[in-house]
Amino acid sequence: MNPSFDIKQYLIKNEPYYQAQTNEVVLYEAAYAARLPLMLKGPTGCGKSRFVEHMAWKLGKPLITVACNEDMTASDLVGRYLLDANGTRWLDGPLTLAARHGAICYLDEVVEARQDTTVVIHPLTDHRRTLPLDKKGELVAAHPDFQLVISYNPGYQSLMKDLKQSTKQRFAAMEFDYPTADLETAIVSKEAGTDAETAARLVKIAEVARNLKGHGLDEGISTRLLVYAATLIKRGIAAPDACRMALVRPITDDADIRDTLDHAIDAVFVE
Amino acid sequence: MTVTAETRRKLSCNFARVQSVFDDCLAHAQMKLSDSGVSAYIEGAETICKMGRGEEPVLVFLEEMPLIASQIGEDVIAEVLEFTRKMARTPNSKAIPAFLQTLTAAARHLESRQMFSEYLQLVWQTMEQTSPIVQGMGTVYASECLPGFLNSVPFLLSQLSLGGLKNWVTYGVKGHPNDPDRQRDYFMLQSADSRAVLQRERHGTLMTDHQHKLDLYLRGLWDQEAMLVPYSLAFDHLRKPIPYLDDNGIHLPDVYDDTPNGILGINRYRALLAHVSAHQRWTTPIMADNFSPFQRLSIEVFEDARVEWLAMREYPGLGKLWRALHPVPQQVEHEEGTSYIRHRLTMLSRALLDPEHGYTHPTILKFAAQFHSLMAAGSTTTNAMVDLGVHFISESRHPGDSSAHVYFDGTEIDYRDDNRLMWRFFEDGDEEVYEERPRKTMPEDEDEEPRMPPRLYPEWDYMTQHYNPDWVSLYEHLHPSGDAAYIDQLLAKHSDLAKKLKKIIDLLKPQQKVRVRYQEEGSELDLDIALRSLIDFKSGAQPDPRINMSHKNDGRSIAVSLLLDLSASLGDVPEGCTQSKLELSQEGVSLMAWAVEQMGDSFAIGGFHSDTRHEVRYFHFKGYSERWGDEVKARLATMSAAFSTRMGAALRHAGHYLSHRQADKKLLLVLTDGEPADIDSKDPRHLIEDARIAVRELEQLGIYTYCINLDPKADAYVANIFGKRYTVIDNIQRLPERLPQLFMALTK
Repeated sequence: MNPSFDIKQYLIKNEPYYQAQTNEVVLYEAAYAARLPLMLKGPTGCGKSRFVEHMAWKLGKPLITVACNEDMTASDLVGRYLLDANGTRWLDGPLTLAARHGAICYLDEVVEARQDTTVVIHPLTDHRRTLPLDKKGELVAAHPDFQLVISYNPGYQSLMKDLKQSTKQRFAAMEFDYPTADLETAIVSKEAGTDAETAARLVKIAEVARNLKGHGLDEGISTRLLVYAATLIKRGIAAPDACRMALVRPITDDADIRDTLDHAIDAVFVE
Repeated sequence: MTVTAETRRKLSCNFARVQSVFDDCLAHAQMKLSDSGVSAYIEGAETICKMGRGEEPVLVFLEEMPLIASQIGEDVIAEVLEFTRKMARTPNSKAIPAFLQTLTAAARHLESRQMFSEYLQLVWQTMEQTSPIVQGMGTVYASECLPGFLNSVPFLLSQLSLGGLKNWVTYGVKGHPNDPDRQRDYFMLQSADSRAVLQRERHGTLMTDHQHKLDLYLRGLWDQEAMLVPYSLAFDHLRKPIPYLDDNGIHLPDVYDDTPNGILGINRYRALLAHVSAHQRWTTPIMADNFSPFQRLSIEVFEDARVEWLAMREYPGLGKLWRALHPVPQQVEHEEGTSYIRHRLTMLSRALLDPEHGYTHPTILKFAAQFHSLMAAGSTTTNAMVDLGVHFISESRHPGDSSAHVYFDGTEIDYRDDNRLMWRFFEDGDEEVYEERPRKTMPEDEDEEPRMPPRLYPEWDYMTQHYNPDWVSLYEHLHPSGDAAYIDQLLAKHSDLAKKLKKIIDLLKPQQKVRVRYQEEGSELDLDIALRSLIDFKSGAQPDPRINMSHKNDGRSIAVSLLLDLSASLGDVPEGCTQSKLELSQEGVSLMAWAVEQMGDSFAIGGFHSDTRHEVRYFHFKGYSERWGDEVKARLATMSAAFSTRMGAALRHAGHYLSHRQADKKLLLVLTDGEPADIDSKDPRHLIEDARIAVRELEQLGIYTYCINLDPKADAYVANIFGKRYTVIDNIQRLPERLPQLFMALTK
């Protein structure tokens, strides 16, 4: 263990902007009070990660985020032995750190990790609240402040990428979606600092794309992309160009859909 | 220059009617043409006069020529004259007046000198190629198609570019080479295929090409799904159909040209769909019986404007589009006895849509202001428009309104529907409503076995270098079954061969090993990765612990389709053989099927023969998921030979199934004994070229096509179709042995 380690670096200093859609803040606080593990579901870019950051800030707890990927192994989460001049040395992984020091551990896009990897979180997510480090021969009892939060996007569920039932049934879940038009307008104009009028028009385009989901689009335009577009507009780019660049080109290669969305942009933004 | 006695004398022509109109024609020509042009014109008229074809051609020439020459240059007179002279020497000289009549339309649509000459050539070609030729005597009869063609030309040119017209003519010439009656119908635009080809060659944006985009448009911007039902504008002359919405969906024109002010056809469709969708979203039907027809027209104008206003609030860009498509009626002087009701309503409509209309009509201004203040106040209904509409009619009433002579110019708003769903009728009215009539269907033949509807495939026409759409009808059948024991006997006969094959199969069976790298635990140390990890570690970075590797067996992923040519020639017994090709094929196919089953590849057997393009039959012997068992053997046992070989459609069909298989490699084996041919195809090259294109299509789908040909003379054409991917089996006796061997060699 590294004696110089300071969990405080994981504390969030400034309030991350988050606009509540419904009562999710209250729900999260209740879940945290009971230290229930949480699963956040929702399409990409709808504000899951921002929500966790916001809650960590609100509760004043450190937040350790792990972006999961296919090549991740259990040791990447738990920790491993390293060699150094004096022999070997154990290095805690992010999950172990969070459990030891009482942080919120956020596993982003957890379905991307292989199923055998995700199994290591099981003992932490039930009544035991422990993490056995079998290579080290240690049983870490979770700090009272520790909470595990995972997120995943049910949108691109495939046969290969889904959570095991045994994993799913250890979490309380909250479903996220894109905010309503008014809320989203407020979010976009606040985040990018544009006027409400421009933001409302961007949201209108997003609505068009979300209607096309499943008809050639895997995902609609996310709130995040809307913020990108608004930022570009704010920097003096013409609105139609900004929309094409930030909203349409990233999400589709299909000529027909691109054409329809381009037309929607022309219908919404008039010089 | 004035009409002098001298010029008059120059027209030495004795027809009385010609003389009677000549002065007027000459005056007209002198206005349009230069002096030299006028003299060429007069000489031309004289030449035609002397051809001895009566007064008709002279009259047409005198009337039409000045305008044409002024449009595309005066030297055209000489060219037309030369053409007429040539034409007079053929049996088709009767068509000269009709030909001269088309020139005005041609000049107007083609506009350039070059294109006009090409048009003349096209007429000449059409004439030559449709004139019946009697062996040894050349053309002695007049073309029956030419008059019909010349009659259709003005209409055709309004619909097609010159290139499109050429394609249309070529199709007519090639399409019915031995059927003068149908050819004549074709050129008179009477037959279905002539209209279909016209439709295909039309300029503009075809609805069918953009259906997906329009569906996406409806779904994306309006959150709606609707059937889009196209109707044709080309053939309804009396009543121009207007887009409408009913239970079957949205009916809209099959093609839109781009407008002169630069609105693309696809955007015209979008403008129409947006208008219709706006109605669907915001219009509530109202009772029609209480209103006079004028009142209803007026209410419709207000309601159209209202839904568009609401739509523009959501999509401001639509306003630009609609304003560009909406006619801009100019304020006109009213004439006695003419009804300006439509004109006034269109002005009103423009005023409601476009704030910068600039009209001064007081009632229109008043009502436009009322409308806008009402809309600005928010939450309007269709009923609010009723008040506006009724009052507008009563306040702007004009004594001439009910006149039968209606001023129509610039009053057609073609992106709007006919609003039929806006009205509910207490009683059925006697208004005529334009409906698409259901197509007549052919009576079903009751006796025939029930079968699936045909699958239509295109066919490549190498003469015109394009596909004939939906040209071949292919029917699928399950091949009838017989006695499976027969196939077992055949297999028993070749048991020695089977043993030999078995040895090869065992060697071929998948046994390759593949390394799986990046394993934390594996069977061997992967030195590359281990070294890299060590270096990482020495340099202080975090080493990758996955330094082992393991092995797994490579699977073989091949899908094979064997396509058998079951045409009549398969029944022949080749020279020096005791068995027919059919029997030998049966043996070969059985052995091969057995071998493939041993290999465990996914395998299908199909067969085909054809009886004209209207009936290509495709038989399934074995499906991909079926096991090589008695059922399949029973089907193979009754294999029979009949009809002809239309290979392209069968290739496309087999490829269609094969392309949907999930496999790394896809192989289509074609077993045939002759070149592609069919009784309705006179040109031997046609079906060969089509098959060649079909093979190329399959290649694009990732299918490897290979031909096994039993025709010793196949080299002449088979390479043309399959490139280097073919084998000719000269010694047909050895087919049972060669077929499985070939397969294994191909997949080794």
